[in-house]
Amino acid sequence: MNIHEYQAKGLLSAYGIPVPKHQVIESPEQALRAYSDLGLTRAVVKSQIHSGARGKAGGVKIVDDAAALEVAVKSMLGVHLVTHQTGPEGLPVNQLVIEAPSEIERELYLGAVIDRAARAIVFMASTEGGMDIETVAAETPDKILTCVVDPLVGLQPYQCRAMAFKLGLSGTQVRQWVNIMQGIAKLFVERDLSLFEINPLVVNQAGDLVCLDAKINIDDNALFRQPEIKEMRDPSQEDAREHRAAQSDLSYIALDGDIGCMVNGAGLAMATMDLIKLHGGAPANFLDVGGTATAERVAEAFNIILSDQNIKAILVNIFGGIVRCDLIAEGIIEAVSKTGIDIPVVVRLEGNNAILAREKLDQSGLNIIAANAFSDAAIQVVQQAQQGETS
Amino acid sequence: MSILIDQNTRVICQGFTGGQGSGHSEQSIAYGTQLVAGVTPGKGGQRHLDRPVYDTVQAVLDDMPVDATMIFVPAAFCKDSILEAADAGIPLIVCITEGIPVQDMIEVKSYVTSRGLRLIGPNCPGIITPGACRIGIMPGHIHQPGRIGIVSRSGTLTYEAVNQTTQLGLGQSTCVGIGGDPIPGTNFIDVLKLFEADQDTDGIILVGEIGGTAEEEAAEFIQTSVTKPVVAYIAGVTAPAGKRMGHAGAIISGGQGTAQDKTRALEAAGVKVVQDPTQLGTAMQSLLG
Repeated sequence: MNIHEYQAKGLLSAYGIPVPKHQVIESPEQALRAYSDLGLTRAVVKSQIHSGARGKAGGVKIVDDAAALEVAVKSMLGVHLVTHQTGPEGLPVNQLVIEAPSEIERELYLGAVIDRAARAIVFMASTEGGMDIETVAAETPDKILTCVVDPLVGLQPYQCRAMAFKLGLSGTQVRQWVNIMQGIAKLFVERDLSLFEINPLVVNQAGDLVCLDAKINIDDNALFRQPEIKEMRDPSQEDAREHRAAQSDLSYIALDGDIGCMVNGAGLAMATMDLIKLHGGAPANFLDVGGTATAERVAEAFNIILSDQNIKAILVNIFGGIVRCDLIAEGIIEAVSKTGIDIPVVVRLEGNNAILAREKLDQSGLNIIAANAFSDAAIQVVQQAQQGETS
Repeated sequence: MSILIDQNTRVICQGFTGGQGSGHSEQSIAYGTQLVAGVTPGKGGQRHLDRPVYDTVQAVLDDMPVDATMIFVPAAFCKDSILEAADAGIPLIVCITEGIPVQDMIEVKSYVTSRGLRLIGPNCPGIITPGACRIGIMPGHIHQPGRIGIVSRSGTLTYEAVNQTTQLGLGQSTCVGIGGDPIPGTNFIDVLKLFEADQDTDGIILVGEIGGTAEEEAAEFIQTSVTKPVVAYIAGVTAPAGKRMGHAGAIISGGQGTAQDKTRALEAAGVKVVQDPTQLGTAMQSLLG
């Protein structure tokens, strides 16, 4: 799960990590009040969306007085901001952060991730703050310092000091750096983060370290024990269909093709998309309906797939496992008739009682095509979608 | 022969009396697995599925030898259950549950490794040696004792590979689902090592997917240390970057973990990588000649 910059900064503050003074606002009136509450003479105005690269897209502005602030806020609130990470529709800006500007001496980068190969939390730091860290990693990998957190003993101060000295920090900055890293390590573990990034972490003209931006991802699997963070979810930043699917415990991801997919198992769902592509079609979505393909779940999955206007045909691909395929077939027939689907639905069922299941589908009188095998199903659904295009 | 489990493997189930644990224990017993007992805290002394129920894992071990455990407890309690099994020293721990927080897995993996024990999963279908022992949730009836070792990050795609090798008469020596999480207990290399050393495994099918670098690491190992033919399939060629495709570990991030990179690495190591998952069996058959 993603959260907004202001929410991330709230967490940083709670762990004693320095951020510029700021307030989040939702209207020009609130913006003016924040400007005077914070005692600002200049302000940075930052759009709150779940995306990086906001500055380049015009989502960050610097204003020199209250009048300019009001103009900026009015032009920024309510728009859909398009960055190179959001896709062409962009994301709605419902909130802005009003923040005190920092006089920047140096820009650094500090991040932490769960490293799959190291099976541990790994910190990364670089002198190339403000730049896209993936570019730095690709072009000048020697400029990225890393440090592995041992799961048994946790992050140690000497590891933080070593990084600080390599980054060229000195004096009280070293102590500040150690405090920041230790605070992040604590936050990372206690709040079940999966990714953390401060870019840039600046040295200001007073020589102090301040975190100007913050990005935090939280492990979805851990939300059950992070009620406070779960409350930070902002559905306006998520695909509406993905959000709706998540409510029904279905795993759904929208793509831009015209063949809807309903599959049990994440691996098979990806393989189904791949096979459709291999046979010349374009999948419209990833959808894992899970192990229990009951009539209710199948019906809800159909509804989500059909809310995409581009759909011309649907492929249902279920490897029945220990569940009887004829029962799944009954569920599919019930769901298709209930939801009134009129586009072709190709169904491939494998497992117990698969032959009986095919007979039931064939005799349903609905626009359901029973396929014999996985390949056959992919080929048939691609043909159906192409016919749908020409008719 | 087979790897890790056979007809003599003595298995217990943690979460024995819960819906999933009970249903799949019943299936495993019907398959012929030596499921000797179960654990559900607070139900010690009862009998379930004609087997004794114990309050703790250690209490089972005080009464009888155990080779393996299958864990069906809810995600929030899995760390505790895996550590309980590890502390009791059960050599093979199979965790089926999906949705365990990744930070729990960091601690669990570190602990289990320090004890020299093997964890399979979590978020996996389990492990089966056809005709001998079933630990997990896979449909037993599609399997057939035979020559092919299967290792996979995906449940239902494992069943596809099993189904194809059964229909072609190749059968399977052992099938291991290592699971779809970012930090699995057992990785491809661990299982490849075992299949390479197993006299009854003639060929290996590896099913990977986007995310991480486990397939690339497997490719390096295959290059230097696997002499048996390997066929692979990588799911997620059409998956968009930055999106988690169902499995917690199936995500392309920072340009890393694409199906294209994995395919290239495996092909460079001499692996036959099929683009069509329905060709896994026939590709293996033609390599075996």
